[in-house]
Amino acid sequence: MKYAYYPGCSLESTARAYDLSVRAVCRDLAVELEEIEDWNCCGASSGHCTNYRLSHALAGRNLALAEREGLDIAVACPACFLRLKSTRHEVRADARLKKELAELIDLPYEAKYDTKHLLDIICREVGMEEVGKRVEKPLTGLKLVPYYGCFLVRPPKVTQFDDPENPQSMDILMDALGAEVLDWSGKVDCCGGSISITKRDIGAKLVSEIADAARGVGAEAIVTACPLCQSNLESRQGSQALPTFYFSELIGLSFGMKEANTWFRRHLVSPVALLASHGLL
Amino acid sequence: MRCLLVEEEVHQFSNLVKSLSGEDVSKCYQCGKCSAGCPIASEMEILPNRIIRLIQINSKDTVLSSSTIWLCVSCETCFTRCPEDIDLVTVMDVLRRLSVEEGYRCPEEGILRFNRFFLASVKNYGRVHDLGLIVRRNLASRQPFKDVGQGIALFRRGKIPLRPQGIKGVDQIKGIFAKSKTFLEREASGGGGR
Repeated sequence: MKYAYYPGCSLESTARAYDLSVRAVCRDLAVELEEIEDWNCCGASSGHCTNYRLSHALAGRNLALAEREGLDIAVACPACFLRLKSTRHEVRADARLKKELAELIDLPYEAKYDTKHLLDIICREVGMEEVGKRVEKPLTGLKLVPYYGCFLVRPPKVTQFDDPENPQSMDILMDALGAEVLDWSGKVDCCGGSISITKRDIGAKLVSEIADAARGVGAEAIVTACPLCQSNLESRQGSQALPTFYFSELIGLSFGMKEANTWFRRHLVSPVALLASHGLL
Repeated sequence: MRCLLVEEEVHQFSNLVKSLSGEDVSKCYQCGKCSAGCPIASEMEILPNRIIRLIQINSKDTVLSSSTIWLCVSCETCFTRCPEDIDLVTVMDVLRRLSVEEGYRCPEEGILRFNRFFLASVKNYGRVHDLGLIVRRNLASRQPFKDVGQGIALFRRGKIPLRPQGIKGVDQIKGIFAKSKTFLEREASGGGGR
């Protein structure tokens, strides 16, 4: 199984631990990730909020570079995932955009190959049986709530992944790793994304509502597949914050990977004491 | 006295939004699901369902100068739940772009400023450089020490690189910006305001 890998800007900075753990886990699960050479930022919300052509061209250049390699794309960040997926979706439906895009990026793009999120690849392509076989250190006793946020599952017409109101993929995955998965109301709530930078109070309010919902069902930690959600949950919860893991870190930990320690050291809210209390470190 | 207006003139704004977004907001029957599920609704002066109503009745100035269009975080909850399948996020994108293109004053200056710095980083390096983004935002908003403690914590954990990493194809990216005619280019050439 081989994919063109699109890490996205966050994975080079605030979410280094996500990038490192994704690469380690995929190596172990025989998912070959070939980083798209010279990839660029997808434009994120600043792109699509302000300029239609720019937004599709920034996403489109990455799609065209991956297409040259003849591979489907694996994306780690749900926001990047939706940008790439939307551009492909629209190019397939709109011949005028396809022509305009080719002129903007100066590269051919036929929208032949798909874009998938890494959680989807691990849950549906690799499958729980393969994942389960490699678990050496089950996450027994660790009380988790899986947090999906927005762009993994919304809008479903574009993302084509899981249920938009009550997704289950990460729940099933964490259960396969041996963790105690709790049902809760906050799974697809929005953390505010970049509003936590521009309107800090609004961001803090949204994050505290999510954290309260998690605490309300007795969670000890939150697990996510999004670098922006993780960063907002870590930096905007205030005191007595719940640790927030990337799903790939917990896969690596349960596989007994020694380097897992180095990922957890990069967290703003240290999960080390919690993991040690369950004998997981 | 002429008191008859041709239909195209009356519906100029709603027709424009429809042609740019591909979404037919006239289908909306005001069930309010978009506003009920919106995570930012409590902060908005005009709720999302009212924005749609205002487009229907062609209140262009009210819509394009509202803070709602900038506070929307594009979380896609409204589109996911709309019984008429109206893609309100795409409509919001069109409203934001029109607001910038037509020079309306943005009531949420900080948000527009963030977009400007974000895109400037993409244009100059091909990727987003976190530290540069924070420094420029702070200088522009005259709060040089905002989030400094957090910045140091991030840097110590190896989360923020000191120097920007430019991609090889940065000239291609600059070409994309020039061809897309973004507001950065217009501002650089002294575009007008309202």
